[in-house]
Amino acid sequence: MVTVEDTRVIYVKNVNFYYGGFRALTDITMDFEQNRVTALIGPSGCGKSTLLRLLNRMNDLIDGTRVEGEVIFEGNNIYDAKVDPVDIRRRIGMVFQKPNPFPKSIYNNITYGPRLAGLNNRIDLEALVERSLRQAVLWDEVKDILNQSAMMLSGGQQQRLCIARALAMKPDVLLMDEPTSALDPISTAKIEELIQDLKKLYTIIIVTHNMQQAARISDMTGFFYIGKLIEFNATEKIFTKPDHKQTEDYITGRFG
Amino acid sequence: MAIPSTMRWRYFKEGLFFALVRLSALVITVSLGGLLLYIFLNGFRTVNWAFLTLPPTDSMTKGGIMPAILGTFYLTLGAIAVALPLGIMSAIYLTEYAKQGPIVRIIRIGVNCLAGVPSIVFGLFGLGLFVVFLQFGSCILSGALTLGILILPTIIGASEEALKGVPQTFREASLALGVSKWQTIYRIVLPNALPGILTGSILGIGRAAGETAPIMFTAAAFYTAKLPSSILDEVMALPFHIYVLATAGTHIEETRPIQYGTVLVLVGLVLGVDLIAIFIRSFIRKRKRW
Amino acid sequence: MDEIKRTSSHYERELQDIKQNILYAGVLTEMAIQNVVVALLERKSELARKVIDGDKEIDKLDTEIEEQCIRLLALRQPIARDLRFITTAIKINGHLERIGDMAVNIAEKVLQLNEVPQLKPYIDLPRMGEIAREMIRGSLDAFVREECELANHIRRMDSTIDTLNEQIFRELLTFMLEDTRTVHRALLIMQVSKNLERIADHAKGIADMVVYMVTGINVRHQWPGDTSDNICDEKRDDS
Repeated sequence: MVTVEDTRVIYVKNVNFYYGGFRALTDITMDFEQNRVTALIGPSGCGKSTLLRLLNRMNDLIDGTRVEGEVIFEGNNIYDAKVDPVDIRRRIGMVFQKPNPFPKSIYNNITYGPRLAGLNNRIDLEALVERSLRQAVLWDEVKDILNQSAMMLSGGQQQRLCIARALAMKPDVLLMDEPTSALDPISTAKIEELIQDLKKLYTIIIVTHNMQQAARISDMTGFFYIGKLIEFNATEKIFTKPDHKQTEDYITGRFG
Repeated sequence: MAIPSTMRWRYFKEGLFFALVRLSALVITVSLGGLLLYIFLNGFRTVNWAFLTLPPTDSMTKGGIMPAILGTFYLTLGAIAVALPLGIMSAIYLTEYAKQGPIVRIIRIGVNCLAGVPSIVFGLFGLGLFVVFLQFGSCILSGALTLGILILPTIIGASEEALKGVPQTFREASLALGVSKWQTIYRIVLPNALPGILTGSILGIGRAAGETAPIMFTAAAFYTAKLPSSILDEVMALPFHIYVLATAGTHIEETRPIQYGTVLVLVGLVLGVDLIAIFIRSFIRKRKRW
Repeated sequence: MDEIKRTSSHYERELQDIKQNILYAGVLTEMAIQNVVVALLERKSELARKVIDGDKEIDKLDTEIEEQCIRLLALRQPIARDLRFITTAIKINGHLERIGDMAVNIAEKVLQLNEVPQLKPYIDLPRMGEIAREMIRGSLDAFVREECELANHIRRMDSTIDTLNEQIFRELLTFMLEDTRTVHRALLIMQVSKNLERIADHAKGIADMVVYMVTGINVRHQWPGDTSDNICDEKRDDS
């Protein structure tokens, strides 16, 4: 047997997911490859956000949920009983729909996670703050006001701060749940630009309702409908000639 | 232009309704203002530095009320020391940890019922449990514990509201950074909820300071010359002092000014505490940005 | 493809408008070809002049369709099926405009031919005109109905017209070799034939685009014979 280098950072295998008695995801199998941006699209309630939150065990926080199947991250099933979800979330960062910085200073927003993970050296922390903010292309805007409250920043800046905060944990994978849906077009463009840069270092999975955004920034696109992965293909393929009629109907607005 | 009769009827109804609302507001304001004014006018001549700093003399017909103020202070402080940690922890359990379901609902109903229990029942409960069964005797400890239980529902309620007021997104953001649940609560949720919890608790303090029934069997002394030296000593307390002077003594008429003075001090104390709470709350509201 | 109601009916109407205009342009070019052939056969110079005049209408439509498409690209950012439709529409529009120009070219030759005695009876030229018109009509039908099979059929018709063109070329060559006085007329007829052959090429180009629009596969630079017959069968695994 020929061994092919496995470029999958994380993949899901035959996953079913239940909220109580309701099956939110049905038999999902998907590979997320290194240094790729994968977009998850589909109408509201199709399960794309559920899948995203499945990848860093955020769904654990909701009572009465159940997972079947496997989510393999670096060779291990993250739903294995011996895996600590806290550890998983350190390795798989997340950015949310609405910018949600803590009501702390910009500096403390970034250092919050690393400190609680045991990083206490002041010089290391300062370096980390600069590195993370630079990666999130926010450094030049905030380097002189690091001690001011993050709440003072604009929405777009707050969201980039949230990205910097996630990056400070040095994750392998970055999950983004509609990260620009609350932002104006210019902030959105900045974040999209940022995502393109970040994929050189991270594996990014993004949920978006904006078709054009998925087209602009992603390499792979997965279309979900009623809890099923209808089509998973190269983005270019999806947006020129998708294999499935359902996908085409959805992205061209022929639904409902 | 002539107004149609249906319109006129509507205007009339509206006018009537507003008049009723204004009247209710007026009644409340006037009675509260009247009460306060009455207390002030009757009490202010008695209240002076000596009144606040000296113990009662001549079978409590003369002198000050210093031991009672001190006693109320100790009792309230004790009650807070008991109720605050317990209340906050219960609230954390109820809002952050417990699975929302029948059990939590029952606990919540229980807490609410506790809030509705007459204070004399607390007093008897304290007497039975702390004074007699646990043999603490009538002392600051028993009284503080009893008052603590009395204000527990207030503190749990306020804390729950404050905890729920912390946006879920903060919790998610913290947890998503690989921070454990307890650390998230400790580092993010509690600091942001604390002002709200404190506001609620201060209102609880006001209530604890003013209650008579719970302490009369558990902590309050009719008269003690000496100030308490440990938590196992009896103390005088403002509300009980008023009660005693107004009903139990042989010099009821002679002590009227002292009674009014004590009432004024107590009311001033409670109002002052409430004012602090109001100030803190408005300060937080201004600072809040989420 | 069955039509599912689109969320934005305005968008749908804009797409339909483009379709209508392209159909209209198709009808105009078809008529131009028919008229120009009749003008040749029946030596009616009046009809040939009408064709030359009529091209203004086709040019106007060309501009209009192009503007519609550009506006849609700018405002709706079409993707997938809509994107393929718009790119196809733009290309078809270009083909139709060229066809119109070629009809004018033919009309100009017809005017000259009508000034001189007829060289020979025209047998193959009307057949070419007929096939060219059929190809235009067929490819536009395929476009409107999104029918890959029909488009593929049209693509194969192109070879017939190529054969006819070569036949005419050889025939006229013998005329010219036998009698040099026929050279001028023969060359004019050759140009008519050549233009009809080019018109058929453009019709094939339209059919190529329809195949792309329906299947997403580019067949423009493949001989119709080389294209696997089951190109249209590449059904998607629809549920």
